[in-house]
Amino acid sequence: MSETLISVEDLSLSFPNHQVLSDLTFKVQRGEFLGVIGENGVGKTTLIRVILNQLKPSAGRIKIKNGLKIGYVPQFRNVDVEYPLSIEDFISLNFTGIKLPWLSRKEKQKIQTVIKQVNLEHISKRPLGLASGGEKQKAYLAQALINDPDLLILDESTASLDPNTKRELLDVVLRLNKALGLTIIFVSHDMQVIHEYPDHFLWLTKNGYTAGPISELHNDSKEGEYV
Amino acid sequence: MFSFEFMQNAYLAGTLIAIVSGIMGVFVVARNMPFMTHTLSEIGFAGAAFGIFIGWTPLNGMLAFTTVSSILVGELSGAVESRRESVISAISGLFIGLGILFLSLSNKNSSYATSILFGSVIGISHQEVVQMAILSVLVLVVLFFIFRNLKDDSFDAVGAKTNHIHSSLISIIFLVLLAFSVSVAAQIVGSLLIFVLLTLPAASSKYFAHTVIQMMLLAIAFAIFGVWFGLYLGYVTNWPVTFFIASIEAVIYGSALIYNSIANKSR
Repeated sequence: MSETLISVEDLSLSFPNHQVLSDLTFKVQRGEFLGVIGENGVGKTTLIRVILNQLKPSAGRIKIKNGLKIGYVPQFRNVDVEYPLSIEDFISLNFTGIKLPWLSRKEKQKIQTVIKQVNLEHISKRPLGLASGGEKQKAYLAQALINDPDLLILDESTASLDPNTKRELLDVVLRLNKALGLTIIFVSHDMQVIHEYPDHFLWLTKNGYTAGPISELHNDSKEGEYV
Repeated sequence: MFSFEFMQNAYLAGTLIAIVSGIMGVFVVARNMPFMTHTLSEIGFAGAAFGIFIGWTPLNGMLAFTTVSSILVGELSGAVESRRESVISAISGLFIGLGILFLSLSNKNSSYATSILFGSVIGISHQEVVQMAILSVLVLVVLFFIFRNLKDDSFDAVGAKTNHIHSSLISIIFLVLLAFSVSVAAQIVGSLLIFVLLTLPAASSKYFAHTVIQMMLLAIAFAIFGVWFGLYLGYVTNWPVTFFIASIEAVIYGSALIYNSIANKSR
């Protein structure tokens, strides 16, 4: 029943001055909610960039299922308080390609669907620049959903949020995972939410990594450097 | 007023310029390029002077200079943030100097320089209106085809990268379109006041409109209002049209800022 979407074997990646990832092996199955955890600088974002095919591994292999559609929510965005576009129009930016400038009816319907999925109906016409941190993250999430991805990658999406907003966002993500069967890779350095939401984990450290079902993380984290 | 052919030409040219500037301006503002646009227009000044020197029309000289240099300027000003302003100053200075040199070599009187720098309504011939129309249509057609990708790259550069949009190709196409727009707009407001049409209407529109298409329509409306009213006031008072257009657009922008700060307070 389970289908492997990503399979990584003995993957290593080094930049001119230092090794970031070494001999990493893990798989991501369809429907999985994988939490990738680790301190700053251990290579979480680098790993994501390898999955997105923006970086080539120095050694080892990464196999990605043919035609896999990935929705990616990057860590940083250039959205300041004067950012003019409404949440709706921001989401529509992901409809790219050489097509008519205006949106088709189908595209407009899709925008309304994803806005409902992330609970932003009440403020969808408001400028994104005036939205709160949590609302912005939801808008980024909705934008990534617009092209019906099989896999959603969230890079530190909860990093700047207060505990309640963090849960609100992750509840939405968990619902997408359970109700739509969307596969999730959630990158974070927040051990507490990694315990709560994902069903699998990949813990990167300076000296190596551990991976497995989330039930096995608990014991490790007590010994580890995380609280 | 419309019984004079030069006024007909001025209104025709002004309307075209307002439409192209309104649309391009929205991207100029989103891509944070007002100063880069200004530099292009200074390069355009040198080009116009060069055109006069070798016997071309100023518009052709401008087109040649801005198109060739747009890509170079884009590359240079993409450099480290802290260096950017200095690089732009150096380029501006160099080209204004060249413009003065060409003008002096061509032995033309200073009224030529004034009309290139500050614009001239009387100088626009029917043939130039036709050329401006062709250029404007060309800009709009290219924009039509790259619209969605340009929009994504301009309003969400980080996201566009993950959508596999060829960002540097989009930038180059945009810069060439900008070179055309600058050359066209400079015919009426002059190369020193490119801001007035390519930046201010779009910068004002973002406080009232919240989709890209609405922003464009509003920016076009602001630009057309300024050009039409400015031409009329210039005709009636015999004062420079550029002064009126610049003042109208500045007042619109000022009002937009005031509106925004009031709206923010009441939120």
